[in-house]
Amino acid sequence: MTSIRARLFLILIVTTGLVWLSAVAWTYFSTRAEVERVLDARLTEAARMVSSLITSQEINVAQLGARQTAIAATPHAPYDRQLSCQIWSFDGSLVGRSDGAPAGPLSDHNAGFSETRIDGQIWRVYAVENPELGARILVGDNLRIRDRLVGDVIKGLVLPASLIMPILAGLIWASVGGGLAPLNRMATALKGRSASDLSPLANNASAAEIRPVISALNDLFTRVADARERERNFTAFAAHELRTPLAGLKTQAQVALASNDSTIRDKALTHIVLGVDQTSRLVRQLLDVAEIEAREPDPAAEISPGEALSTIADDLLAHQKPGSRIVIDHRLFEVRLSIQSELFMLAARNLLENALAYSPIGGIVRCGLVMNRAQTCISIDDEGPGIPADELSRVSERFFRGRHKTAVGSGLGLSIAELALGRADASLRLVNKPEGGLRAEIVIGSDRVRKMGDAQSSN
Amino acid sequence: MRILVVEDDEVLMNGLQVGLGISGFTVDAVTTCDGAEAALTANRFDALVLDLMLPDGSGLDVLANLRSRGATLPVLLLTARDAVSDRIVGLDAGADDYLGKPFDLHEVAARLRALIRRSAGRASAILTWQGISLDPSRLAVTCGGAPIRISRREFSVLHALMERPGTILSKSQLEEKLYGWQEGVESNTVEVHIHHLRGKLGNRLIETVRGVGYRLCEYRP
Repeated sequence: MTSIRARLFLILIVTTGLVWLSAVAWTYFSTRAEVERVLDARLTEAARMVSSLITSQEINVAQLGARQTAIAATPHAPYDRQLSCQIWSFDGSLVGRSDGAPAGPLSDHNAGFSETRIDGQIWRVYAVENPELGARILVGDNLRIRDRLVGDVIKGLVLPASLIMPILAGLIWASVGGGLAPLNRMATALKGRSASDLSPLANNASAAEIRPVISALNDLFTRVADARERERNFTAFAAHELRTPLAGLKTQAQVALASNDSTIRDKALTHIVLGVDQTSRLVRQLLDVAEIEAREPDPAAEISPGEALSTIADDLLAHQKPGSRIVIDHRLFEVRLSIQSELFMLAARNLLENALAYSPIGGIVRCGLVMNRAQTCISIDDEGPGIPADELSRVSERFFRGRHKTAVGSGLGLSIAELALGRADASLRLVNKPEGGLRAEIVIGSDRVRKMGDAQSSN
Repeated sequence: MRILVVEDDEVLMNGLQVGLGISGFTVDAVTTCDGAEAALTANRFDALVLDLMLPDGSGLDVLANLRSRGATLPVLLLTARDAVSDRIVGLDAGADDYLGKPFDLHEVAARLRALIRRSAGRASAILTWQGISLDPSRLAVTCGGAPIRISRREFSVLHALMERPGTILSKSQLEEKLYGWQEGVESNTVEVHIHHLRGKLGNRLIETVRGVGYRLCEYRP
């Protein structure tokens, strides 16, 4: 069922109805038992009374037997003629009967209660014998009257209930609606918003049950607004960062066009090539960032960090800084990382690229591994100038380019590495080595690192 | 006309340096705020081309420092942030002009010429003196209506002298206009250029003030 209001209404109506019905049933049975108890007692009492009247000779059984007179008739009230009385002699002749009592015997029981069907009606009869006078007194009442009594009680319950039920239904419907009003208000407030309105909903006036929903919504709004802000900043920065190299390209192209001097023209063209490299790298990195941000995280796979690093190193050395060397510690080949491989490759590529860019010609970039109980660090050390201490905290900001910058740098490499590692539940740590150069560390929980030796011994 | 370019992108900086050089400017270039401060205190420039986002701070800080020292040097801001609000901030901070990246090299040169012309209080873009006219935008000199072939350095010397006719410029002041600090200055080059100019425009145009420098002199032909 889609509507909370309808569902609540139905639940309330059904439960109220059930409670009511069980109350009616309970009343029916208890009233019935009570009525039977009281009327049975009356029967017993009446029978004994008649019996004692006979005994005290106020009624002469022998005389009565001859006269067959009825006990005085009285005007009939609705519940009148509840009792019928017969007095039989032991020889089986009817000595006397009350007004309205049937002519046949009410019961063939000698003593105690019994039920007899006479003319299609059931009678409850109490019999008592008076051995001194040789008479049996039968007092009975018609069960139909008992049923009517109980029925009247139940009718008294059900009739007002059936009148009240529609009113109650209306009240329930209205109050459920009233109870849901804060939800409706919230829905109206949200419906009236424009797509860019992420301001928090007012949370003071609403009901206690709605408040957690609103505060959760407001939290979500904040997060979405933050993400949007980041996106907007990123786009603005990206546009900005692309315009500078484009301006450089255009200026150099105009220099090449304007100059008659072939040396100047050649230099300008060289600069254009450099500028295109720089711009294409920037574009590639922007696409990387966009992809990391947009992609659903892959499942983690087991990779060998040594293999991964050497694949990237071969590729980088073939295209950039052919004079440099990248040395990869053998221990990196002996462990397996459980990490999203594409994110790791992206981070490692940017870190290695960075290390190479800052290394002097012929410099060595060293990749190492440090493991302890909690954390494992894959380090990438270069022999470059390091990062000035005041810039260390800012270098992974997007587009931040420090004082020690390279010609092709875009200021995105470290932030891509950090972003990718963050997505892969790892982190990036940058340290200036005391002997000079920068150490970039990929820090990952040691529970996600498996030593190959372990695996072999366990297999 | 000597200008300072502050731009951290190497390709663009080089392009401006070479391109504005072709347009007749003597260009020095630095990449940081610190470099700009140092260059501005140590040298005299006719104009400053300033990028806003620099690795060690904002170009606006350089501009604010410059203006707080009372310098009237014309400043052209070059920046990728060219929203109206950014332009307003830049101009209010003391910039004289604003160009968004990517720009046209010739426009930068033209705007610089205009800024320098206005800061010198001249109305016309073409400088004239005693029948000689000098057009900085075309690097062209005419004498009595006839075009004169003239080298870039000679043009710079003549331009410097014609900007304030009658004012004496020392040899080192002329050297400053001719060479950025990145270029080596050969001794006696100023004398060589003056000599060539006299040969092309007449001996009596440029007067040597012994021990002080050179000036344009009023002569009656």
